[in-house]
Amino acid sequence: MFARSILFSIKDGSCRRNKFMVIHRCRQPSSPVISLMETALSTLHFIHTKNNSSRDRWRNHPKPNSHSKLLVWAARDTSGTLSPFHFSRRENGDDDVSVKILYCGVCHSDLHTLKNDWGFTTYPVVPGHEIVGVVTKVGINVKKFRVGDNVGVGVIVESCQTCENCNQDLEQYCPKLVFTYNSPYKGTRTHGGYSDFVVVHQRYVVQFPDNLPLDAGAPLLCAGITVYSPMKYYGMTEPGKHLGVAGLGGLGHVAIKFGKAFGLKVTVISTSPNKETEAIDKLGADSFLVSKDPEKMKAAMGTMDYIIDTISAAHSLMPLLGLLKLNGKLVTVGLPSKPLELSVFPLVAGRKLIGGSNFGGLKETQEMLDFCGKHNITADIELIRMDEINTAMERLHKADVKYRFVIDVANSLSSL
Amino acid sequence: MATEGKVVEHPKKAFGWAARDPSGVLSPFNFSRRETGEKDVAFKVLYCGICHSDLHMAKNEWGTSFYPLVPGHELAGIVTEVGSKVEKFKVGDKVGVGYLIDSCRSCQDCNDNLENYCPKFVVTCGAKYRDGTVTYGGYSDSMVADEHFVIRIPDNIPLEFAGPLLCAGVTVYSPLRFFGLDKPGLHIGVVGLGGLGHMAVKFAKAFGANVTVISTSPNKEKEAIEHLGADSFLISSDPKQIQGAIGTLDGIIDTVSAVHPLLPMIGLLKSHGKLIMLGVIVQPLQLPEYTLIQGRKILAGSQVGGLKETQEMINFAAEHNVKPDIEVVPIDYVNTAMQRLVKGDVKYRFVIDIGNTLKPSS
Repeated sequence: MFARSILFSIKDGSCRRNKFMVIHRCRQPSSPVISLMETALSTLHFIHTKNNSSRDRWRNHPKPNSHSKLLVWAARDTSGTLSPFHFSRRENGDDDVSVKILYCGVCHSDLHTLKNDWGFTTYPVVPGHEIVGVVTKVGINVKKFRVGDNVGVGVIVESCQTCENCNQDLEQYCPKLVFTYNSPYKGTRTHGGYSDFVVVHQRYVVQFPDNLPLDAGAPLLCAGITVYSPMKYYGMTEPGKHLGVAGLGGLGHVAIKFGKAFGLKVTVISTSPNKETEAIDKLGADSFLVSKDPEKMKAAMGTMDYIIDTISAAHSLMPLLGLLKLNGKLVTVGLPSKPLELSVFPLVAGRKLIGGSNFGGLKETQEMLDFCGKHNITADIELIRMDEINTAMERLHKADVKYRFVIDVANSLSSL
Repeated sequence: MATEGKVVEHPKKAFGWAARDPSGVLSPFNFSRRETGEKDVAFKVLYCGICHSDLHMAKNEWGTSFYPLVPGHELAGIVTEVGSKVEKFKVGDKVGVGYLIDSCRSCQDCNDNLENYCPKFVVTCGAKYRDGTVTYGGYSDSMVADEHFVIRIPDNIPLEFAGPLLCAGVTVYSPLRFFGLDKPGLHIGVVGLGGLGHMAVKFAKAFGANVTVISTSPNKEKEAIEHLGADSFLISSDPKQIQGAIGTLDGIIDTVSAVHPLLPMIGLLKSHGKLIMLGVIVQPLQLPEYTLIQGRKILAGSQVGGLKETQEMINFAAEHNVKPDIEVVPIDYVNTAMQRLVKGDVKYRFVIDIGNTLKPSS
């Protein structure tokens, strides 16, 4: 039998949800070898067969993934300015999944990392840990994913897999975790989703719900799980209880959506009165509290069961703690770069707690995505081209986005 | 200074020692207690513990004191009279009163046996009852209290040991229970080795924990391990010792009421660990939030305990032979005791022998 070629669909640059042209050449049906054709310096081609034949038909193409000139956008210094950069990814191993990146969310952590705000950036750095894409290759040990699946990759791409945290599906607290970008990894460093391709161990890849738009769903891989995980862990999900969401940005707006999905009453706490209409009419919050208004804050004291504090700028925790009822819980996810002022007296006198939380483990990231699929939750995004990223970062710095930038990677990042 | 309470002449004469001004110096003081109401329990005070909060109140360090102020909220004594509707106690019973003498009895917290968090709870000393009259504490010869706020002292706890349990004891017992730090095998840190700290070590050991005392004073190590039963000891000012213990503790009970950095304590916690603050630190602290975020750690506080759990605590103490280490002193030693308390010079709680030394002629 000669080659079979299947034209899957046509890449359409005007459509946000890209479809790709696929050519499958099958040399002989009894010992099928798929040769994966790719254009030399443009879109990756792949095949997705509707045939139910076993994965044995699929075999690694010799060095399919040595993109010696894989194009990414990287920052080279603390200016944080991104520009094109070349590097290569590893071969797709037996436990790996290769993902053609379609969209990548722009997280505030990306900005902090670009500018070395936290002091541990190594340049050149390629950010991006809100990755949504399509599987182009799977290793022989991969059972959960198939070529053509829509998947997500979030904040981590490796952990020790043997410690107590890893064994409890809490990879995000593994002392040896490897971040999707800016982490040392086997003699090199990890580079994130501002690129067109990534290879990840299957454990750190999640299925993306069929019914959710890929672009608006990308921020769920970090922003989504970062608020979902503590809401579950700290029991902030009891219907009828009152949740305060401090800060209305990428994390905050998703927290409102989760809060409403859990049946909570949600109050947004913000310094900006002009965000009120949007918060209530568009995002579904029940009320809005201007934190700079002392009278309103005083009237709201002791009314909230929970607060998610998403503010990353320096701020005092005292007013927020005052809003909590007895046994109230304030969870901080905003990663401010400076210590915050705190008096322990309200903790002691009201048995209140301040808890931290760091994104989420892989099992709960999948659970979160499934929850979003069920409740139709996605982020509110502004889709941008890769070459608009520096402007986007400037705007992000000023919080001028509603509420997450997402890079249309597939349509705007061309390999040279 | 706070608005003064109403001073009325109650039917029952009482005698105690009071502070007259923010010097905190105590001296003999005549006052009166209310008639024993139908739900009241009246008892002769035999012993009263000296809590650091007494010192704070006597010196108006919280800014809420009014004078004359009779401190004392770790009372233990024998019932002399009960009201007609009292069901739980009879004359001759061994009883005690702790930090709370009243609460609103109708809010959600009160209904949940969390009177210590009722917005209207009344402190046993230096506060005002609902009718505005002054609460005089246990540095006195008698007490009258609603039976709801009276604790039965188990037979096998001598009265001189009971008082400190009613404040220091429950203050550490409550958070160990509430925050799930009472499971056998957990590694618990105790910061500060004073009245609260030594009780935290004893209760944590009784719960089956591995206990590490964290202190600035190296000379407390031998005592902590050989006498109090702690398993190990860390000098908090020694960076090497702290570094070696990073990420080893499931929970920390922090009893220190002076300003101190939170970062080392949070670093000692394992991921998902809990740092519970008990000391009333008036000044703001700096919280490096990322340390909580990275390990999903918790910083929380707790305040004394409700009445139900205070009774549960003292019953537990009786069963497991948990008793405070005390130094019994006569009433006329109280000012010296306060001065020594400022310097932390006591192992680990002064208890005033009221019954034998508080006489109107003193």
